[in-house]
Amino acid sequence: MNKNSWILYIGILVFGLVAPFIFPAFKVQLSILCVLIVLATTWNIQGGEMGYNTFGNILFYGLGMYLCASVQVGMFFPLAEWTESGGEKTFVHTPSQFFQGMAAGLVVAAVVPTIVAGLIGYAILGLRGHYFAICTLGLGVAAGEISGGIEIIGAGQGFTTPPFPNIGGLEARGEFFYFLSFGALVLTFIAVRAIYTTRFRLILNAIRDNEDKAEAMGIETMKYKITGWMISAFFCGLAGGIMGGLVGYIDSTDVAFDGREMGVFMVLMAILGGKGTLWGPIIGATLFHFFKEGFWTFFLGWQYVALGVLIVVIVIYFPEGLMGWLREKYPERFGEVVDEADRKAQVELK
Amino acid sequence: MDFLVFQYPMITIQACLDGLLLGILFALIAYGMALQWGVMNIINIAQGDLVILGGYIAYFMYLFGIHPAWGVIVSPIIMYFVGIAIYKLVINKVVDRDLFISILATFGISILFMQLMNFAFGADVVLANSGYGTTMLFDNNVVLPNSKIFSAFISIVFAICLVVYMKRSKLGRAIRATAQNARAAKILGVDTEKVYAATFGINAALCGVAGALISITFTIHPYMGLPYTIRSFMIVIVAGLGNLPGVAMSGMGLGIFEEFADYILGTEFRIGSVFLLLVLILVYRRFKLSRKREYLK
Repeated sequence: MNKNSWILYIGILVFGLVAPFIFPAFKVQLSILCVLIVLATTWNIQGGEMGYNTFGNILFYGLGMYLCASVQVGMFFPLAEWTESGGEKTFVHTPSQFFQGMAAGLVVAAVVPTIVAGLIGYAILGLRGHYFAICTLGLGVAAGEISGGIEIIGAGQGFTTPPFPNIGGLEARGEFFYFLSFGALVLTFIAVRAIYTTRFRLILNAIRDNEDKAEAMGIETMKYKITGWMISAFFCGLAGGIMGGLVGYIDSTDVAFDGREMGVFMVLMAILGGKGTLWGPIIGATLFHFFKEGFWTFFLGWQYVALGVLIVVIVIYFPEGLMGWLREKYPERFGEVVDEADRKAQVELK
Repeated sequence: MDFLVFQYPMITIQACLDGLLLGILFALIAYGMALQWGVMNIINIAQGDLVILGGYIAYFMYLFGIHPAWGVIVSPIIMYFVGIAIYKLVINKVVDRDLFISILATFGISILFMQLMNFAFGADVVLANSGYGTTMLFDNNVVLPNSKIFSAFISIVFAICLVVYMKRSKLGRAIRATAQNARAAKILGVDTEKVYAATFGINAALCGVAGALISITFTIHPYMGLPYTIRSFMIVIVAGLGNLPGVAMSGMGLGIFEEFADYILGTEFRIGSVFLLLVLILVYRRFKLSRKREYLK
């Protein structure tokens, strides 16, 4: 790591730490952005590095959301009565209960999806290509439909997460969730960056490029695929838990297992930025969030139409994403050695 | 949980018959999916939304006082051109690309259609009342709406027509040749671009027929598309591409499964059980295939 990148990282970190105080009106938006970046980055481990295009990471996200809220409530109050009372608050968390519950909830929200990913990984990751894509799509929708029928977590009417406690008249909800999600983002970034410098990434890339050959080279591909998926699931669950508290209300198909929105968003963000790069998903998520907020504000009601068109346009015209485009334009910046005369000759040929 | 289904044979018979008639409809949609999958090698997530759009065409005829059964004729004609339009705008750019690109692009189309239909037709659950009445069997213990029998009959007629068309006509031969080897077909003078467009159009027309029948027998709603896509995908992978009797059989099997899931687990788990079944089938298929691969070791 050279000096420039250290300056960049420290700059981003400082900006992240002071951002909620510079833009107090956008705290919630910034928190959502952090969660989106986490989701896009973890999707990229699957779709970009490993070549397993999944629609199913939404499963871990939704699972984390429900688990975090359930643990937070269930630690102190009967869960069934809480969901039954719905929006009417019969139980109130004290500040210490809230934070203890949140901490425990986030741990559970991160660990349980990881275990689930490990358990179903052997069965699901054996599928290839489009079978895998459709299977994970089915998994996400099935989870949404089934959780919509379970009474104890609110069934069809939804689940209200504990409201942020009022500490001596101080309104710190926005800051709390911002720093929580920013922390998750930093954690994810450090973890993913560390992973990408190891042999693990090379193995994942080998699986993407030719799985049979990788297997023939003596790599136990299944082990690495499952590990990759478990890493994704860990951070997706964490992001889901934070998002549940941030939104304050969990619905099975509209918030938690929202394959039509979040499930597609994470794919789109990674593709928009560029699959298989460290910075691609981050840039993609940031751009996408701006786009999305623009759409959601100016084309209210037409946002899904705009989203559908956006998906088609991105997929057809920018399948390599922003980073892929930059890479083609400025290959030297990506560490590729280019012969100047060769490149000129290519341009002339065109 | 309701285990009445095992105690009263009449309910079992009812569920089986309902499932059979429903499954024939699913098989029709799956046939369209198998066609485009086999010929163009794309998986169309918007399949279900085309079905629902076809259903709305029949529903609108019903609103204007025309008997909705005529939708079976009108809907495929309109849907054929809708299909051609989608092909020209989007699909022809993804045909020879990575399969995931086609999945994602058609997912975008699906979201687009869902929302446009929501704007145009409203978010209410609607049905076109055909007024066909019901048939009672077994001392009035089993009730079959005539509209279901009608829809199954029409589906079979359309499926047979299509099979004959594919076997006998020039275009059908061109489609089959392209499915076998697009490059060779091109060399032999088949305009594959046209064949692809026609295939997608025929698929959309089949969806139109199925949609019109669904609007008569069941209900339609702008967001109900995805389950139909998943059902047809499931039927195709169980039956295999180009296995027409298999498509019919597995369609009926799925219909019966759904009716029983509805009785036993309750209606709220019906769609969930379909999606779960998909996952189970894929996983089963994976283990079956991997066992086959072990011989090589």
